[in-house]
Amino acid sequence: MQEPIVIVGAGQAAASFASRHIALGNRTGLLLIGDEPEPPYQRPPLSKKYMSGELEKERLFIRPEQWYSEQGITTFFGTRVVAIERNRKQVETTNGDTFGYDRLLLCTGSSPRKLPAAIGGDLAGVYTLRNIADVEAMAPEFQPGRKLLIVGGGYIGLEAAAVARKLGLEVTLLEMAERILQRVAAPETSDFFRNLHQGHGVDIRESTQLAGLLEDSGQVVGAELADGEQIQADLVLVGIGATPNSELAEKCGLDCNNGIVVNDICQTSDPNIYAAGDCSNFLRNGQSIRLESVQNAADQGDLIARVLAGEDVRYNALPWFWSDQYDCKLQIAGLNIGYTEIVLRPGTKPGGQSIWYYAKDRLIAVDAMNDPLAYAMGRKIISAGLHPSPQQIADTGVDLKSLAK
Amino acid sequence: MAKITWKTEDGNEICVDVKDGLNLMEAATANNVPHIEGECGGCLSCATCHVFVDETWFSKTGEIDDIEDTMLEMTDVEREHNSRLSCQIIASPELDGLILYVPEPE
Repeated sequence: MQEPIVIVGAGQAAASFASRHIALGNRTGLLLIGDEPEPPYQRPPLSKKYMSGELEKERLFIRPEQWYSEQGITTFFGTRVVAIERNRKQVETTNGDTFGYDRLLLCTGSSPRKLPAAIGGDLAGVYTLRNIADVEAMAPEFQPGRKLLIVGGGYIGLEAAAVARKLGLEVTLLEMAERILQRVAAPETSDFFRNLHQGHGVDIRESTQLAGLLEDSGQVVGAELADGEQIQADLVLVGIGATPNSELAEKCGLDCNNGIVVNDICQTSDPNIYAAGDCSNFLRNGQSIRLESVQNAADQGDLIARVLAGEDVRYNALPWFWSDQYDCKLQIAGLNIGYTEIVLRPGTKPGGQSIWYYAKDRLIAVDAMNDPLAYAMGRKIISAGLHPSPQQIADTGVDLKSLAK
Repeated sequence: MAKITWKTEDGNEICVDVKDGLNLMEAATANNVPHIEGECGGCLSCATCHVFVDETWFSKTGEIDDIEDTMLEMTDVEREHNSRLSCQIIASPELDGLILYVPEPE
């Protein structure tokens, strides 16, 4: 009997792979092993509508729990794989079970960075945000009037700040760099979100270094900054990025470098093993990158299913992202890595604007704030490989739709 | 509750009772309707839940707001006058009997 395709990690990439595999009618059996108790679910709402209590848990599920068995997929949720034995083509789980594979998919995701224990990272009341379990642990603490300290001004921190303000918490946000979103966006986008959050009463401290968290009997009670100032806090959320879960791959000798290195069909250095999503590292325009996004996880998972079904496809999907904060919708198309110039275009509605990133004369990305037209047309324009001039983009008299043709 | 029917280009029909309040992208992915992906979870960023609404039902599915109208420009199969993003159609008793046609991308 042919061994199944074994999928390690049950997130977005795994669900997209399984959906496409089933849709293509591929008869090879699937075995899905995930270390969380839930079936694959959407993570983006965790720091948005799920955190604010507007969405029930089941509505996060990408497919209903029973879908997997209905499709003949064997699942082991709440089960962790501890080793891959490549020469025997099998994986081993924590409880000692081994499963043989025909092909193996690593969809192991990423893990949030924590603050070192030496500065209070392990105290009660200090959280990171990645899983349903994280939100469930944190949710009872989200009570009006409580003081939340957020460490890190990236998307997770900013989205959580927005939810916390809506729920009536007092929020202070620390960013070590000169500005929030420094790693991912132009200063103009940072300015937009700084204004947005300040307008909603978030105390944003940029260029601010945390010296350490303060405790009382093991419970966090505040933080001390590098300049000696002390800030009170009832709880702390750490949003300082994530690292790829590549330990399993490293242990069995697959090429890894900031993630599991894959080629343009998401194949690792072992031709029987593929990797998709946050844990994969791939070349895009000659540059080695790793993306933490639904788009990348879904598209890579989908692509592997096509590859295993015999389709001749290559991964070159255009990245896109979104973030919801208060009533603002940020939508991003493309990647701004290596940009040399930006162009600001006012939106058609008040409060709307878009930032267009150029690398020399090539348009590479757009951040659209409350401006879905800029996002949609930006995506079309960049996907089509068109490069309208910065002057055209800046000119609101020029219809974006005309540039997308 | 509303009985919703999805018809695909290969002639298949998927007919399901959908609980009030669920959007029809969620209902479609839960019931294995092909070509409905809903990658963004219904937040109007991906345009992967495009459907054509049966003419007689179109007006009952609600207004298309500006954002949906814009995102309909990005669908894989080009929009038509009866196009909707199904994440924006919410099941209710008024939609009992609704028929949706699922476009099949190339």
